[in-house]
Amino acid sequence: MKKFLIGGLLVALLLAGVVSSFASGSPDGLDHAAREGCTFNADDEITGGTCMAQQEQDHQLAGSPLADYALRGIDNEYLATGLSGVIGVLVTFAIGGGLFWVLRRRPRADG
Amino acid sequence: MDDVQAMHIANGIINGPVSAIFMVIAVAGLAVCVWRAKIDLDDRLAPMAGLVAAFIFAVQMLNFGVLPGVSGHLLGGTLAVILVGPWVGALCVATVLIVQCLIFSDGGLTALGLNITNMALIGAAAAYVLVALLLRVLPRTTAGLGATALIASVIGVVLASMGFVAEYALGGTTELSLGGIAATLAGVHTLIGIGEGLIAATTVVTVAKVRPDLVYALRAFRKPTYAKAGSAA
Repeated sequence: MKKFLIGGLLVALLLAGVVSSFASGSPDGLDHAAREGCTFNADDEITGGTCMAQQEQDHQLAGSPLADYALRGIDNEYLATGLSGVIGVLVTFAIGGGLFWVLRRRPRADG
Repeated sequence: MDDVQAMHIANGIINGPVSAIFMVIAVAGLAVCVWRAKIDLDDRLAPMAGLVAAFIFAVQMLNFGVLPGVSGHLLGGTLAVILVGPWVGALCVATVLIVQCLIFSDGGLTALGLNITNMALIGAAAAYVLVALLLRVLPRTTAGLGATALIASVIGVVLASMGFVAEYALGGTTELSLGGIAATLAGVHTLIGIGEGLIAATTVVTVAKVRPDLVYALRAFRKPTYAKAGSAA
């Protein structure tokens, strides 16, 4: 089990830390639909039309040091994306694993 | 390449009251999942579920192109249901969504209930029904498991996107044709679902070959015979 977990985590770290920099930067399916009907300028601001994205507001936590899968203070895109991915995998494993470990069935200590 | 995108609802697309209602639905749904997950979780499933959540986080960063200028990424419902079961699986996807929202400002905080409802609850519920059904009717082979992952992913992703359409019908903030939105989303998400299905199939088939005992769906929906096919590989 330990070997499997370590192997699985390494794959996840490699995907989030390295492969993520080569992911598509195009708007995703929902974003694409949200933008349909509007026109955008070079800075990606809405210039006209009607679309779902018109009422979109900034994220309340947009100032987070890891916002948008970057790392504040690191200008190299590959490094910022990769490091934020590695941090995300480890944090998710820690929170998820910790939560599930606490919730698990335990054999009764004193039968 | 410059911007990692993710397929989550941003703030302001759905109005406040409807977002709040879905936050309540999400919390109630997750509470049921916690209650049922406690029955499933043991010393073996708990660390596996942590790994599944971490893996889904990683793969959600990997947007793949589906049409010129349009991308998508795995949502993870089917993958999670096959590997760790529906209740724990929904919690895995929700964990990822909460981490993404709070730490990476991906998916609005106000919209968190909407995103959890669509991707964790609808995604896992759809996958649960489909996986349980398909594993019983498809051949008891690795190919059958892969096909189950692929088909359940495509349908699960489209249904999750229809969850958004329902939310938009209730609380959309712009006047647009619902039919048009539904058609666009269903089309794009069919393609995204195929991509998700290929990733999910590859992943579960790999795990089934290495450690078939760690695949929840094989234990739950396809009792003894599979073990032989799996361990021989």
